[in-house]
Amino acid sequence: MADREYGFKTRSIHAGNIPDGVHGARALPIYQSTSFVFDDTDDAAARFALQKYGNIYSRLGNPTVASFEERVASLEGGIGAVATASGMSAQYITFASILGHGDQIVSAASLYGGTVTQLDVTLRRFGVETTFVNSSDPKDFDAAITDKTKAIFAETVSNPSGEVTDLEGMADVAHSHHIPLIIDSTVATPYLCRPIEWGADVVTHSATKFLGGHGTTLGGVVVESGRFHWHSEKFPLFDEPVPSYGGLSWAGNFGEYAFLTRLRAEQLRDMGPTLAPHSAFLLAQGVETLPYRMQAHVDNARAVAEWLASDKRVTAVNWAGLKNHPHFDRATKYMPLGPGSVFSFEVAGGREVAQRMIESVNLASHVVNIGDAKTLIVHPASTTHAQLTTEQLIAAGVLPGVIRLSVGIEDADDIIYDLDQALALALKG
Amino acid sequence: MATDTVTTQLQNGLSCELPANSPLAKLLKSQRTWVGPDARERLRILQNAKSVAIVGMSDKSARSSYFVGTYLLQSSNYRVYFVNPMITEVLGQKVYPDLASLPEVPDIVDVFRKGSDIPQIVDEVLAVGSPCIWVQLGIWNEQAAIDAEAKGLTVVMDRCLKVEHARFNGGLHLLGFDTGVITSRKTVR
Repeated sequence: MADREYGFKTRSIHAGNIPDGVHGARALPIYQSTSFVFDDTDDAAARFALQKYGNIYSRLGNPTVASFEERVASLEGGIGAVATASGMSAQYITFASILGHGDQIVSAASLYGGTVTQLDVTLRRFGVETTFVNSSDPKDFDAAITDKTKAIFAETVSNPSGEVTDLEGMADVAHSHHIPLIIDSTVATPYLCRPIEWGADVVTHSATKFLGGHGTTLGGVVVESGRFHWHSEKFPLFDEPVPSYGGLSWAGNFGEYAFLTRLRAEQLRDMGPTLAPHSAFLLAQGVETLPYRMQAHVDNARAVAEWLASDKRVTAVNWAGLKNHPHFDRATKYMPLGPGSVFSFEVAGGREVAQRMIESVNLASHVVNIGDAKTLIVHPASTTHAQLTTEQLIAAGVLPGVIRLSVGIEDADDIIYDLDQALALALKG
Repeated sequence: MATDTVTTQLQNGLSCELPANSPLAKLLKSQRTWVGPDARERLRILQNAKSVAIVGMSDKSARSSYFVGTYLLQSSNYRVYFVNPMITEVLGQKVYPDLASLPEVPDIVDVFRKGSDIPQIVDEVLAVGSPCIWVQLGIWNEQAAIDAEAKGLTVVMDRCLKVEHARFNGGLHLLGFDTGVITSRKTVR
């Protein structure tokens, strides 16, 4: 162990990936195996009872997946991580682990559409009440908290409205009620913002996006700070004996590791949204270049946002890196390098012009994903957010003429050239 | 958890025993002044040790001491001894009544006893000549730690020996935890 705290770029490449002692493979090996042999019956029993560490079955853990998990945990400044099959399942196992029938979660209203339906439809059907707060002022979240509230949830930068969460203010509100602040930081990535440093307790990601960066692979990850006191009357499950693991208690036996150990040994075991080893390899490969790609993404986002803002055919640009954005100061505080490269803009002429523009691009790709190396463009009102009501659409900042961009890392001039010619064609009708 | 109370230093400087999960105990935890060995120093303690004695070993499989005992027997190269006057055998091993009865002086004495018992254990560790007292996760007695250091002992407190060993030997890595370990050398984990 070197006598040094390594930097972000070094950890993007090396954290969690140590050459194995047998073969010395320098690249991350893909352990494409469902199961792992035990040394003997004592070994099997001890692994099953969580009394010792060891691989059992890839639904619970896998060496390739572990490497990706440790790398993301290191970059986020968390105590550890649990990877999942997608960003949605990362959020799902997080919510499912701390919320039950009759509990409440207070969430920002401005969220990715799939997260809204997970909370508002599926979890509500299970008896979990979500109170959506249509504001970014921590005081309004405080006012929505009741004695049944078990967590506050928000996105670092909301997609596609471009609002920036006041992480510090939200963490203070959550902690004054002894509940955790859960932040989805997919759009920011740890290169631009590390929510745990501002007081967040749990951070979720869709690794499908910027962490992987190549748009080839679905995955998610949950990172935890290890600082939140889960062993309180609000979260009795952390102190109760667990019959399926010989009567241990998560908080008593695992201390600061309790939340993530439970997420893996209970939520992954029972629900099974595991990240595949091959996917973990591809995502970990992507993370190696995260700092360089994210810098290029925000540099291009700035160039494109400034160009759009100066164009008369565009009526609004919702990128918090622009001085006239209501959250410019917040963005500068929490993401000094730039508030990501996913943002929306509104064209004069509303829905019809927006749709024609998307059908006229040649370089930007018309897909629903974000966080690819390629520039991506979509019309949220008719795709990602189509399942929302008009009221929910407005709460999420998605007006009919709004176009969402995920600015890629091509030449900025080429991205601008493409948007320019598409706008011209769209307005010609 | 080996204990349900912690010795808590109040803001007026006096100490008292509080339930470990009381809000006051948690609040005051942030006012700790004693700082133990950092990760690198803990690694050195673990690397230099050949033998570990677990004081307060339980024969109940859900207890933390049972977890640590199982882990050390199966996943480490230490000579592991168990101490508890109330039981005679656990995990197929003899259990000794006290530290003085062990066949050797252990390099680390790992303690699962409540916070107020720590001063007495410090005396026993000093009496047998062991160089290190390791007080387990969730147990805190700041004055005892300061006194033990003044008498020449290496002290680790409110840390789990299993977790710290696993941090440097791959166990934690397998569960996706950040070990802080970065190296380009071939490593058996």
